[in-house]
Amino acid sequence: MTLLTGLFAALAITALIVILGYIAVTGVRELNLSFLVNEPKPVGEPGSGIANAIVGTVILIAIASVIGLPIGILGGLYLAEFGSNRFGNAMRFLIDTLTGVPSIVVGVFVWGMMVRPMRHFSALAGGVSLAIIMLPIVARTTEEMIRLVPHSMREAALALGAPVWRMSLGVVLRAAAGGVATGAMLAIARIAGETAPLLFTALSYNYISTDINQPIASLTYQIYYYAGSPYDQWHAMAWAATLVLVGLILTINLVVRVLARQRYQ
Amino acid sequence: MTTNIATAPSRLRRPIRLADPVFKLTTLTFALAIASLVVLIVIVMASDSTLTFRKFGFSFIWREVWDPVREDFGALPFIYGTTVSSLISLVIAVPLSIGVAVFLVEHAPRALSTTISFLVQLLAAIPSVVYGLWGIFVLAPLLRDSVYPRLQSALGFLPLFRGTPNGLGLLTAGIILSIMIVPIITAVTTDVMRAVPRAQPEAALALGATKWEATRIVIQNARSGITGAVILGLGRAVGETMAVTMVIGNRPQISTSLLDPSFTIASAIANEFTEATSEVYRHALVELGLILFVITFIINAMARLLVWSVTRGHGKVAHV
Repeated sequence: MTLLTGLFAALAITALIVILGYIAVTGVRELNLSFLVNEPKPVGEPGSGIANAIVGTVILIAIASVIGLPIGILGGLYLAEFGSNRFGNAMRFLIDTLTGVPSIVVGVFVWGMMVRPMRHFSALAGGVSLAIIMLPIVARTTEEMIRLVPHSMREAALALGAPVWRMSLGVVLRAAAGGVATGAMLAIARIAGETAPLLFTALSYNYISTDINQPIASLTYQIYYYAGSPYDQWHAMAWAATLVLVGLILTINLVVRVLARQRYQ
Repeated sequence: MTTNIATAPSRLRRPIRLADPVFKLTTLTFALAIASLVVLIVIVMASDSTLTFRKFGFSFIWREVWDPVREDFGALPFIYGTTVSSLISLVIAVPLSIGVAVFLVEHAPRALSTTISFLVQLLAAIPSVVYGLWGIFVLAPLLRDSVYPRLQSALGFLPLFRGTPNGLGLLTAGIILSIMIVPIITAVTTDVMRAVPRAQPEAALALGATKWEATRIVIQNARSGITGAVILGLGRAVGETMAVTMVIGNRPQISTSLLDPSFTIASAIANEFTEATSEVYRHALVELGLILFVITFIINAMARLLVWSVTRGHGKVAHV
């Protein structure tokens, strides 16, 4: 039995290694400095790059974080500090449901809410849809982390005469800050890899753009676009862009894990 | 409970104090904003699909046509594709995930167990579009050239494996999906198995049961939670978009062969939404999205109830 179940575990890890290994080996061929700093060029021209997508992904993540982190963290704070009742449970259920909403549905929703009234695709709409995906994750991890803060710390703060808001923000949230930050980083890693909600919100753009009112490129959209093209050169670029994206996401995951381990030791 | 401690002393010290109620109200607003998004999604999508709902009513769900030119729409081919590809993924992922979970909980030493579960969770960190890319250029050609021909020569007499496979189709999508949902099923199964009181298997061992029999007792005790884990995995598979879109072949047809191209609800929206030229066409796609939302909502609510029934009072549950 140990052997069989161990074999299953080995199989799962083999799948991981095979996929990551293939990305590394194939992606590294096209990866060089000019690939990272140049804008895309027509097929066949040398020196084509994905700078537009890198800048776009950073901007989309920034927009999503500006919206998603404060709302998510303070919402989670409410659930932890005041949400231990039926009303809190109902909200918790709805928030958990939001976690399970397919990301493509979020894209359709934001299209109806923002893109159609504004009459054009925009980085802002893309950022909002990523924020919606981020919100429930941030809120629930924040809640969990805050619940880990010992009750005596709250009582000590109140005994010293602190009002509730100072106790929550200055003592409780601060004590949980490390955990909240790792939750936020995991949420960022998650949205960095999202494509579906960007398809009809942020769309894409062939040049470096910082205008949040205009369509914007992203690594994920670029990979999808290149993968569906008939050109070998673009396929190679898709693999290289994938290496950049997966490298980013795995780095965040590893850093979070190292930090979390340090905290518990 | 916090509120009791919190409000009592502040009332004693200063009768009028605005900061605390304002603080509570602000955080409440944020929490409510997140929670109400789900409701808002339903409202917006329902109002964006009125045209097709008026035209076809509930028959939209079981109509088999998808003809944008004649503005004749039905969801059945997509519901079929979604259902079959998700079921295939469960058939592969469930035994594998439960096996991994049993290994992690019952057999592996602690240090090895944390490392393995971290690595398995990394599979969930890989973006969907990356699975799609790998599916198109690595998995699909491999299946087309070396697996499907053998499958056909062995089981070709079954209608499930007929046709001339080009590598893109239901089975390929199901295989990719199975890799993607192994982490979530494994994580939740591990948690619910850990929530079973250790006294159970230990008592069985003390009575002379073998290690395997003791493990079976743990699995039996955790079975509603494991069912919940499986349903959560199903929810993931049903809503998965990019990877499936890239390998399923995107043809709205109902074919008995698992090797034929198909289409899922999510991939239809991803593929056709920006190309939808008429208002009715777009409403049809939004209604597909609404159907997908309702399906995943039911699936998730069920799963959460099941997992919660096992793990309540037993500490941490994986974040899903």
